[in-house]
Amino acid sequence: MKTINLKLKIWRQSGPEDKGHFMDFNATNISTDMSFLEMLDVVNSDLIKQNKEPIEFDHDCREGICGTCSLVINGSAHGPELGTTTCQLHMRKFNDNDTVYIEPFRAKAFPVIKDLVVDRSAFDRIIAAGGFISVNTGSAQDANAIPVAKEKADLSFAAATCIGCGACVASCKNASASLFVAAKMAHLNLLPQGQPEKENRALAMVAQMDQEGFGSCTNTGVCSAACPKEISLETIAQMNRTFLQASLGNRPPTKLSEGGF
Amino acid sequence: MLQKYCFFKSTIGRKQLVALTGLILSLFVLTHMAGNLLILVSPQKYNEYAHSLVSNPFLELIEWVLLFALVSHFIIAMKLQINNFKAKPQAYARSGQGKKGTDPVSQTMAIQGLLILVFIVLHLITFKYGTSYEVNYGTGPMRDLHRLVVEVFHNPIYVGWYLVALVVLGLHLKHGVKSLFQTLGFNHPKYQCALQVFALLYAIVVSCGFIIQPIYVYFIFQN
Ligand code: FES
Repeated sequence: MKTINLKLKIWRQSGPEDKGHFMDFNATNISTDMSFLEMLDVVNSDLIKQNKEPIEFDHDCREGICGTCSLVINGSAHGPELGTTTCQLHMRKFNDNDTVYIEPFRAKAFPVIKDLVVDRSAFDRIIAAGGFISVNTGSAQDANAIPVAKEKADLSFAAATCIGCGACVASCKNASASLFVAAKMAHLNLLPQGQPEKENRALAMVAQMDQEGFGSCTNTGVCSAACPKEISLETIAQMNRTFLQASLGNRPPTKLSEGGF
Repeated sequence: MLQKYCFFKSTIGRKQLVALTGLILSLFVLTHMAGNLLILVSPQKYNEYAHSLVSNPFLELIEWVLLFALVSHFIIAMKLQINNFKAKPQAYARSGQGKKGTDPVSQTMAIQGLLILVFIVLHLITFKYGTSYEVNYGTGPMRDLHRLVVEVFHNPIYVGWYLVALVVLGLHLKHGVKSLFQTLGFNHPKYQCALQVFALLYAIVVSCGFIIQPIYVYFIFQN
């Protein structure tokens, strides 16, 4: 088993109000077969043994499907690899004696809770504003009752692979949530079920995105490169198009329909 | 309309205004560049073209449109930029590598914009409001703009400053033209590649086309 040693510079911050600072750690005898999070587990178990406070970081599935893990590793969200979450990042991508900077996702809309853990509930509020479709309750509809073109279904599915991790926001120099919002919109807007609320959805989600304090998109494309699911920039253009269309032609929701659509 | 759905308040709406005004300005620089190239034909053609422009009754209207486009492009973009600074209050200790790093051209659009604005103001002072020599080709007196251009571009400092500003303009156009399509909603695998090439060519043609004039006057043109 090949092992490596790393010098870690990890962001520590005791709470949202704390200024925060980098702290040095040594990760020794790290198996190259470990994931990045397992390496942090090793560091943490050492800290616990020494009766020190472990480093807080977010994780859940550890197989790249839940979007809970985060971290900016040497300036790149989810580390240097493309199409990878931090939990899927192998230590064999690092060399012996490398210095590794580990920081939380940084954005005004993602306040740090502690150490490397940030509050991403702004995303939930954007979804609540319009990232859904309204369906009638009652008996389930026949499968395939609504025809969907294969190409549309594929594109919608590609957008739906977004796990909402926030790497797009973290990697964007403007902390823009455009790729996330665009992916969620494309996912629904490309399907027949998404049509009735399409324009209101665009207006409501964009308004919520702005209200949360995310920046605006300057088309650098870094979000898409950092996206573990490799969501395409095309979705952002689709969002811009739908938003323009909605702004030009949509009748604003009335007082009655506020709250739902 | 409900306040929170105001187009002019939303980031995307404002970006689309920046894109539209940018479109007007990029079309303008193309025609301006093409007109400048008449210097390669003859001083008379150059002056006559300039004269036909200033004697066109629509010129004033066009100037106002351009001024409005320029001012709103600048103000809205700067407001967005300030908003973006606020959205990302703290930078990372390291910058991202490879595709996960921001390309310096798109990162410095605001600085480029500021420089171009300074350039435009100085440029208008130098030429539009500069010395007005007179010349007569037999059709009545007209402004000898050519003489002023030759005078100015025999000064190496001016030539150097113009080169810098015009390269920056080219970079600004490279990212700007590509972006304006994306912001207005054009991005499709059918034509995306063509759009990118178009934006690059547009930037190169405009920037190099402009650069020809000072270079030609400084190195080649003899009185
Ligand atoms: S922990 Fe679930 S995606 Fe990384």
